[in-house]
Amino acid sequence: MTDHPETASQTAGPYVHIGCTPNFAGIHGVYPEDLGARMITGDATGERITLIGQIFDGTGTPLRDAMIEAWQADANGLYAGQEGADPHFSGFGRCPCDAEDGSFRFETIKPGTVAWPSGGTQAPHVNLWIVARGINLGLHTRAYFADAPQNDSDPVLGRIEHSVRAKTLLAQAEGSGVYRFDIHLQGPDETIFFDV
Amino acid sequence: MTEIPKGGYAARLPQNHPVALYPPYRTSVKRSPQAAPLSFPTTISEETGPVFGHDLLGPKDADLLHNFGPQDQSAIGPRIVVHGRVQDQFGRPVVGALLEVWQANAGGRYRHKKEGYLAPLDPNFGGCGRVITGPDGSYEFRTVLPGPYPWPNGPNDWRPSHIHFSIFGAGFAQRLITQMYFEGDPLIWRCPIVGSIQDKAAVERLIAPLDMERTLPMDARAYRFDITLRGRRQTMFENRMEGL
Ligand SMILES: [Fe+3]
Repeated sequence: MTDHPETASQTAGPYVHIGCTPNFAGIHGVYPEDLGARMITGDATGERITLIGQIFDGTGTPLRDAMIEAWQADANGLYAGQEGADPHFSGFGRCPCDAEDGSFRFETIKPGTVAWPSGGTQAPHVNLWIVARGINLGLHTRAYFADAPQNDSDPVLGRIEHSVRAKTLLAQAEGSGVYRFDIHLQGPDETIFFDV
Repeated sequence: MTEIPKGGYAARLPQNHPVALYPPYRTSVKRSPQAAPLSFPTTISEETGPVFGHDLLGPKDADLLHNFGPQDQSAIGPRIVVHGRVQDQFGRPVVGALLEVWQANAGGRYRHKKEGYLAPLDPNFGGCGRVITGPDGSYEFRTVLPGPYPWPNGPNDWRPSHIHFSIFGAGFAQRLITQMYFEGDPLIWRCPIVGSIQDKAAVERLIAPLDMERTLPMDARAYRFDITLRGRRQTMFENRMEGL
């Protein structure tokens, strides 16, 4: 019963930063701060972590013009806007990849488990959305935490047909609260992207 | 305000969107995933999303004519109003949607350090703005008509005049970035980025018609661009039937 077709996507192009992170793009004085620059906005509950990574194309070259957004639950598994969610945590981050090495970085909180629609829970994860020149429709994926015991019973990880690819959704601990989540758009390590 | 159902988001229909791999758009060749995406019904992770209030907005955020240059200086070029309505696929208005827009100036030049086009910068034009939809899903902003520009792809490719839109609806599942084109531009049908959308009707929905009704006499012409986002179904059961 679709009455109206969804508006078509188009690539974010090479100048996405002008619109989405103008201060990063050197356009000052229009907005006081780029949207999504801070996920922790006060005395947030939970374990402070840093999620880092790079996005690689099919030649293994990091994208230096991409933008990545993070949306995640707070330490208790509640999303901003849900009743009882942590008022000091926005859950939303937006990061322009570094112009030199293409790295992204989110200073955030380790999310809690969140509900699954038919009961049960989903393992802690950060929802990610990637846009760039050459990407015609924004790509959804998730970073799970490789050291989380809940992964074994996660309903999304459990749906992966080629289990060898499941590791592409696991952020690896690098010590002192840092997790690395590299994203591969193509190739043998191609990240699992979602149609949700 | 229309009641929004609590079921999952209806599945996205691929025919409404560009293909990921479209060799005439050369950068897509090495940036397009090859494997089939993983499908599952939307969960709380996709059904929620960041919500932005009107307190985010500064007084000139929706006025690209004046939000960058010195006081009382207006951007150079044909002045236009862009307006429309954001709705979901079932026709419900999307209230409180944040639209971020960016564009080249009237000469086709972006204010960006990687931009190499010889057309000059406009000292009065930054090229970004934002607006939040009202209770009926409507929005409006003022800007200049962006110029077409050449880009390194094929030997002689020119982008049609366009405005980029980034849209936040109520849920992360609705996240969308697109481009609006202008009625009557002969470059639209020659553009490889537009061509990545295989369905002609889907392209036509990205082309904003001139709207003389909303024109501001002796000031600005108007273009209308309506946007449709994904919508939520009535019940979880209905969604699961669809998604599984
Ligand atoms: Fe552009």
